[in-house]
This record gives sequence, C-alpha cells and structure tokens, in this order.
Amino acid sequence: MNVKKQFKEGLITQNPVLVQLLGMCSTMAITTMLFNGLGMGLSVLIVLTCCNICISALRKIIPNDIRIAIYVVVIAGFVTIVDLLLKAYVPALSASLGVFIPLIVVNCIIIGRAEAFAAKNTLGASTLDGIFQGLGYTVVLLVMCIIREFLGKGSFGGGLLDMSTGSLRVVFDGSGSGVQLFPAKFAATIMILPVGGFLTLGCLIALMQYLLRKSEEKKAAKGENVK
Amino acid sequence: MTFTGLVSIALGAILINNFIFSQFLGICPFMGVSKKMDTATGMGLAVIFVMGLASALCYLVNRFILTKLGLEYLQTLAYILVIAALVQFVEMFLKKGMPALYQALGIYLPLITTNCAVLGVVLLNTQYNYNFIESLIYGITGGVGFLVAIVLFASIREHLVFAEYPKSFEGFPIALVTAGLLALSFMGFSGLKIW
Repeated sequence: MNVKKQFKEGLITQNPVLVQLLGMCSTMAITTMLFNGLGMGLSVLIVLTCCNICISALRKIIPNDIRIAIYVVVIAGFVTIVDLLLKAYVPALSASLGVFIPLIVVNCIIIGRAEAFAAKNTLGASTLDGIFQGLGYTVVLLVMCIIREFLGKGSFGGGLLDMSTGSLRVVFDGSGSGVQLFPAKFAATIMILPVGGFLTLGCLIALMQYLLRKSEEKKAAKGENVK
Repeated sequence: MTFTGLVSIALGAILINNFIFSQFLGICPFMGVSKKMDTATGMGLAVIFVMGLASALCYLVNRFILTKLGLEYLQTLAYILVIAALVQFVEMFLKKGMPALYQALGIYLPLITTNCAVLGVVLLNTQYNYNFIESLIYGITGGVGFLVAIVLFASIREHLVFAEYPKSFEGFPIALVTAGLLALSFMGFSGLKIW
C-alpha cells in the first residue's frame, strides 16, 4: 500500500475527470457556483469511498458473471442514503443540484473505480483510492466553479460566502451571494450557461494534457542523459 | 392534457431543453460514440427506443408498485434496476428477432444502462409529475433530441480531422470546445415561444 503514490494518482496523473475523462455530465452541469461544486464533490467522495469499501470487502464472494448488477445495487443504495440525508439536512443543496444527486448512480467514476480498483485490491488500499479519487473529482469541480463564477458573474464563493451584512461570513445553507470581485454587468454571462461548461472543461483538459506531456518529455530527456 | 401541451413537451425536449446541450445528460456516450456517423446514428436510435420504453415502464412501476406500497424513497434504486433489466431484455429480443439491427448496435446496447440520459429522463418525469402519455412523449422526444445532437456532432467531428489546432487540444478537448459551440447555437432556440 503506497499512500503517496495513490494520492498523486488520484489528484494528478490518474485524475478521474481530467485524465480518465469520467463523470463529465455532472462536472459541467453543476459547476456554476462554489456551493454546488463543494456539495457535489463531497457527496461523490462519500459515495465513492463507501462503495469502494463495500465492494472491496465483498470482492471474493461476488460471482463474476453478475458483478456489474451487484455494483449498481450497492451504488444505488449509498446514493439513496446520501440523497435522503441531503434532503433532510441541506435542502438548499438538494434543490439546487436537483436530479444530479440521484444521477450519481450512473456516474462512471464510481462504477469505473469499483471495476478497475476495488474489485482487485485490499480493503485499505480501496478506501484510500475512494478518498483520493473523490478528492481529485472535488478539486476539479472547485476549480471549474471558481473559473466559471469569476468570468460569468464576477464573484467568488457563491452560496458559501456572504457579504450582505458588511462583513464576510461563511454560510452553509446556500443563501450567500458571494464576494463580488468586479461589477456583474461586466461579466460574460455565457460562462455560467451550458456553453461555458463545455469550453472551461475543454480548456482544463487541454492544459492537463499539456502539463503531462511536458513532464513526460522532461523524464525522457533525463533518461537520455543517464544513458 | 391537451395536444398543445404535448407538442410543447416534445419541442422542449428536442430543441429548447436539449438533453445534451442544455441539461448535460448523456455526455459520456455523446463523446464516446460520435467519431463515426453510422455508429452515432445507431446509438441515437437505440437511445430513443430505450428512453421511450424506460419512461413508460418506470411510470407504471412508480405508480402501481412504489406509490401503492409507500416506497417512494426507493425510486432511484427501482428505476436503475428496471432500466438494467430492460436493456438486457431488449438485447435478447433484438438478438433473436432482428439480428441485423443487433449487429449494427453491437456494444452500444449494453452501454445504454449507464447512460445518464435514460435515468435522467425517468427521474425528471417523476419530478414534473407527468402522466403516462406525457412521460412516454418526453422519453421518446428526449431520445430524438439526443439523436439530433449526436448526428450533428458526429458530422462536424468527421471534418475536424482536417482542422489545425494546438497539440494539447488533441482528442477530447477539441471535441468539448466543438460541442460548446454547438450548444451556443442551440441557445438560439431558447427564444422559441410555444403558444
């Protein structure tokens, strides 16, 4: 079990969204303000970790032929738990994410990690994998939220930070209006519309490909020198 | 339920609130299966079929089983099971009954289970409280919207091979940017008024 390697894989070299290209629907759909991104990221992190634990613990007794069906039932069970908890305790988040919370069931990240990692590895490693892959997903969501909110509304931390009383407060019910960094009338509203989601994610993946290629080249050059 | 009501549901699902371009449902197959025109068409047709059937079946399951027993909180779980079973059944049926179509769809049929447009349309039907006919229409026209989007996108993507763009944009990023521009043009429909 290699914690450092798994951490790096989850966040950078095997990032679920930017490198494995999984779970793009929710990534583009809900990243219009920081509150949504954080809520969705944490929900997926919890579901992913629980499913990884469960499937890894059961991996020796799950029959190979019907494994996908079992994964789906396990995932749907945990998603239902998270969905009901959010409805009860954070109704604002549940309302603003809408249908995308139950849709975590068909989020390819979770079934992908179950099949590719949890079904083959020990309980501890799978737990860590769930946490780090979930973190990788959350970080991408937060970055997308920050970019789109800044360009589209000229604000930061929508739903989460509140300036209406004059001083900065952190609220957890989604009512905060965010910190206005420049007047909203100068913002490009298109960035918080669906178009902005496609463009931002496209550019982020391109940036990731560029960085990964650069580091590959550097490694290759180093290898040459050693020879 | 009026005729104009049904038309507005249909137009809404195909153009104004297109599943791909404005609701972000079904992006994975949209990106994965749009490299060639003929496979894209096949996938689109299969999705119409499954979305229509799933809408109708899940409506019945919700109305006559879950609501009757007070088990609404199990909706997500029940719907995904219905969809998975339905896809499996359609696959077996096509294999026996229409082998030509089965051959054409190939691997894409089982993949529809994890297409979030299918589960999405079923959940939206419940959320909007659509009745049986409305659910069926919304399911089928949602699928038509998917077909329109994926065929348009595949035809652009075939030409993209000849375009010049930075190396880092190769593959997915340029496809996403293209889809973004298509979504921009679909935004034009949002001004469409229906009676």
